[in-house]
Amino acid sequence: MLKIEQLNAYYGTVQVLRDFSLSLGAGEVLCLFGRNGAGKTTALKSIMGLVQRTGSITVKGEELVNLAAHLIPRRGIGYVPQGRRLFAELTVAENMTIGLMARGLMTSGIMTKDRAAETRKKVLALFPPLASRLNQVAATLSGGEQQMLAMARALCLEPRVLLLDEPTEGLMPSMLATIREVIMALRHRGVAILLVEQRVEAVLPVADRVAFIENGRIKDVVGVEQLSENHGRLHKKYIGKYIGISQ
Amino acid sequence: MDFGPFLFLASLEGLVQAAVLCLTALGLCLVFGVMRVVNVAHGEFFMLGAVLAWWITNLISTHPALGFVAALIIAPVMVGLIAFCADRLILKRLSYNPEATIVATIGLLYVIQQTVLITFGADARAVNAPFYFRVQFPWFGYSGYKLLVIVAAALILLGAWFVITRTRVGLMMRATQYDREMAQSFGIPVERVYTVVFAVGAMFAAVGAILVVPIRQAHYLMGLDPLLLSFIVVIIGGLGSIRGTVAAAILIGMSDGIISVFFSPTLAKMVSTTLVAFILVFKPEGLFGPSVVNFRIYPNHKGHKGYKRHLRLNKK
Repeated sequence: MLKIEQLNAYYGTVQVLRDFSLSLGAGEVLCLFGRNGAGKTTALKSIMGLVQRTGSITVKGEELVNLAAHLIPRRGIGYVPQGRRLFAELTVAENMTIGLMARGLMTSGIMTKDRAAETRKKVLALFPPLASRLNQVAATLSGGEQQMLAMARALCLEPRVLLLDEPTEGLMPSMLATIREVIMALRHRGVAILLVEQRVEAVLPVADRVAFIENGRIKDVVGVEQLSENHGRLHKKYIGKYIGISQ
Repeated sequence: MDFGPFLFLASLEGLVQAAVLCLTALGLCLVFGVMRVVNVAHGEFFMLGAVLAWWITNLISTHPALGFVAALIIAPVMVGLIAFCADRLILKRLSYNPEATIVATIGLLYVIQQTVLITFGADARAVNAPFYFRVQFPWFGYSGYKLLVIVAAALILLGAWFVITRTRVGLMMRATQYDREMAQSFGIPVERVYTVVFAVGAMFAAVGAILVVPIRQAHYLMGLDPLLLSFIVVIIGGLGSIRGTVAAAILIGMSDGIISVFFSPTLAKMVSTTLVAFILVFKPEGLFGPSVVNFRIYPNHKGHKGYKRHLRLNKK
């Protein structure tokens, strides 16, 4: 579904990603782990076209690197950024409408009016607390509800690939379960999910593979079962080395 | 004339001023709010609207109303096209950098001003009102055209409010205003939105000028006053706040009109600029501007529904 090859990304003259390569299949959840500043968020921003980049990023064989940033979501890529970054003064309904518009509700895209209404209904079924707050301004929601809205907004564009940047940041344990359930539901629908996370234990149960990034390069990609087998020895090797957490 | 009727007359003059100011300042507010560009050339778009209105009414001189209606349609489109080109050729190439665009729009100000001077000359040009009729009040008769200016401005403002708050185009503009990067990540063509907003902002100024040009005259230096007043209005209302801009335009327009009639226009300008100084000191975000933190979500803020409970608990 998503294939990244030899990706280099830059902030001005500073190179952040170096020969970054990854591939992600439909219905697969891949977690990207690494220390602060390793390039995790930049990798997601590169896919979304928000930083300068060279190399190749393809979704179902279609090249994204030469596309303008606003055309990338139309290829079915949803983005939940770090810190939620909702349109704070807009209502819950308006934030979701923007997600629906991203797939061509305004122009000739896949999203017709009927389909938009249906998609909205499906997304609200995943996040029931939002249904009663449609006319509430996003800034006045609680942290957990804001995270739900950030995910709901991205799901409104019916993504084939979903990029999640630290979705559990600042959330209480009960919310973690909700986020995990939603990820599992999307996985079953065949959505490819690239997940950046610091809280390893929170997301390992839903992941298929784990990629470790160091200084902008992918160092290791392992199956999630490898991390937990052998009484934690491999766990220690990877997690301790690349994230700096002693188990 | 007694004080009451005199005050009524001054208020009507103030309303005309406020109506035109609303349109002009709304353009500046939109451009700043969505693009974060301080458009110093905004007053020149106003002037260009007035001068083009004179030119068009001169070309179509069969009937004043016909020429005026043609000017009201053609001149804003021409000004919008010039703003469109300015955005594509200058602002976009500067990546909408806030500092660079200030210098660029100062340059644009002089280019437009001097081009109009070379092309149309330095004389003030009068434009005939589309019609002449007086509305007779018990104390005095008043220009029907001036009342029409108030009604037209109110209708245009209502239309703008509807587009901004109730349509998808308005939603795209508001989303771009709050977070440019996220707007792009959700398929909004931000640069196209910027171009449209810059052109529409200039068109608002042009429409304001065309409405007022039969009352005043078109002149190549007439852009300075509306620019200054628009900045005053946008600062008092709160940078980027449309509601605040309209409220401040009515406040400044009315006070300007009333003080000008009772005392002098110079004193009116002094009052406006003093008001800006006070606002900047005591409420820097303006009357309706977004504060850095939305304090209403905290119970110790007056606007919060639990404020009384918070006071009660704190007392204990």
